[in-house]
Amino acid sequence: MNPIIKSILAPKFIFATLRVMTPILYPAIGVAVSALAGSVNIALEGIMLVSAFTGVIISAYTGSLWFALIAGVLAGVGMGAVLGYFHLNLKADIIIAAIALNMFASGITIFLLYILTHDKGTSSSIKSLVFPSYQIPLLKDIPVLGPMLSGHNILTYLLFVAIIAFYYIIYKTPLGLRIRAVGQNPEAAASVGIDVKKIRMYSLLLSGFFGSFGGLYLSMGYVSWFSRDMTAGRGFIAIAAASLGGNLPLGTFLGAALFGLVNAFSNFIAPLKIPSEFMQSIPYLTTVIVLAIYSINKSNKEKAALKEGAK
Amino acid sequence: MEKFIIKYFNLIRIIIAILIGVVISVVVIYIITKNPSLSFRSFFLGPFLSKGRFGDWIELSSPIILCGLAIAIPFQAEQFNIGAEGALFIGAAVGTAFAVSTHMPAVLHITTVLLVAGLTGAIWGFIPGILKAKWKTDELVISLMMNYVAYFLGLYLINYHFRDKAAGFLVSYKLPQTAWLAQFIPGTRIHLGVIIAFVFAILTYYFLYHTTTGYEIRTTGTNKNFARFGGINVFMVIVLSQVIGGFLAGIGGMTEVMGLSRRFNWQMSPGYGWDGVVVAIIGQNNPLFIILAALFLSYLRIGGQILNLLSDIPSEMVIVIQSLIILLITAEAFLQRFKNRITIREAKMKEVQNESDN
Repeated sequence: MNPIIKSILAPKFIFATLRVMTPILYPAIGVAVSALAGSVNIALEGIMLVSAFTGVIISAYTGSLWFALIAGVLAGVGMGAVLGYFHLNLKADIIIAAIALNMFASGITIFLLYILTHDKGTSSSIKSLVFPSYQIPLLKDIPVLGPMLSGHNILTYLLFVAIIAFYYIIYKTPLGLRIRAVGQNPEAAASVGIDVKKIRMYSLLLSGFFGSFGGLYLSMGYVSWFSRDMTAGRGFIAIAAASLGGNLPLGTFLGAALFGLVNAFSNFIAPLKIPSEFMQSIPYLTTVIVLAIYSINKSNKEKAALKEGAK
Repeated sequence: MEKFIIKYFNLIRIIIAILIGVVISVVVIYIITKNPSLSFRSFFLGPFLSKGRFGDWIELSSPIILCGLAIAIPFQAEQFNIGAEGALFIGAAVGTAFAVSTHMPAVLHITTVLLVAGLTGAIWGFIPGILKAKWKTDELVISLMMNYVAYFLGLYLINYHFRDKAAGFLVSYKLPQTAWLAQFIPGTRIHLGVIIAFVFAILTYYFLYHTTTGYEIRTTGTNKNFARFGGINVFMVIVLSQVIGGFLAGIGGMTEVMGLSRRFNWQMSPGYGWDGVVVAIIGQNNPLFIILAALFLSYLRIGGQILNLLSDIPSEMVIVIQSLIILLITAEAFLQRFKNRITIREAKMKEVQNESDN
């Protein structure tokens, strides 16, 4: 057991945690920003897939990371726009529409992958680019902290910018105020002249925007290729992370960090020779348990509050 | 004519959505393939061109029907449990484990194996159900997570404990013959599981529309508060609808193993649970329509497979088409303007008639 504990306490463990939480926190911000406006986007799984695929293909064909980034983000925002259009304009049930979009993403990416590369599994036959990793000059020389925080992919560093941007948008801009107003009470918001539909559309576009970075990171940072259904439920774990964090910036960050920790942990105890199927089920099982505990707590608190009120 | 359109508006909408899907696939095939006529023939007529393929089409509809029912019952109670995929996988894995480790006479063996698979699936429905009913945990996320848990645990069970090492690839031991569902039409793979699926569809229809519990499920779905004031045990309905759903999905997975491969050979989740979501939505959660929707979807699937074999178009085209059909069907406002126009015309005509009557 000793070497295991040692390896968990090693800076490498935190490094791994940051690495695996990157493709969870981006979509979790996406879920949170849509949930705050009262229209929860559960299509992040599909948004990430489409962005991951677009990024790989565009980088392979243009040789430009910038084009790949722009195209990937546009693809994600586009998916958000489609969801918004169907939900807000055509009055589709947002959950079913999102399920349909997730299916669409899975199907269209495999379909196009096959058309373009004659492979249904991965894009490894084409040469795509990856986003670079950086050592941070002074930080990298500090013991313990250096190996934890330095040497990450640029998109992992951007994660911190994203969470601050999320905070800023929600609390410091008129749009954020409106998003929160619409989410808390759409009728009241409408009565003071806020266009509820428009605000929800913006929140879904933002949701696609944040989610697309998660997808780009998966295929152009975490690994260097696209493979079918490579999101593997991260878009759904993101829903859990966001709801654990009450859809607020710090909470969402901590929620995603929790799943990152569990994920990294299950990788680090691999030497124990526990069947890999068990290890792989840990993040999903944890989600179930954590969500259950969270809602039990919440409902107990509500009951207590009701009792207080009755007195 | 106007009256007809208004009365059957929903049905017409669904048919138009399907037609749009079909038209899009025609266009896509036309653009991509070098030999359109062969591709059209294999996609649209493929399932009819040989007895074996026709059989595959009918056979494929059976797990999709059962998963469609598994999704529809919770949906009727407004529970977004989409855990049919997991219930099917774990049900089939545990059912297989049970089948290969027991010896019984045929009928008894088949019944108990199906029961074990169904009950395992039911547990998978129970967990999100009880969490939702008791503590309002989001059943959507829980059931999604349970899908992954089922997948990995099922694989663990088969690969570590019931793996047939002589087979050369990752499959379970062959089921004893007493647990086989017979393929009863020579030249096809149509097996007793198909009959089981159809019977369950009819039973589910009866259950939902002709029993008190079915009524309670539907009422809870339409208006939870009304149901509660009306004395319906909403707690029970929420749990039960998901438990029955899991049960049916478990059976759907097991009949595939017992009738088709006769051993557990899934290393990837087969996706019937997601097909179940598709047919539940196309069939508007009505078991009888779900049969039709499942036949339609499996027709596209088999057509897609043949297309994939004979031309350069991947079968995933069908997934894209089905997702577009669902999007259109769930979009309430799709064609609404058209309906409004017809309603107005109908009203005007009545007015004119009334005036002339006076």
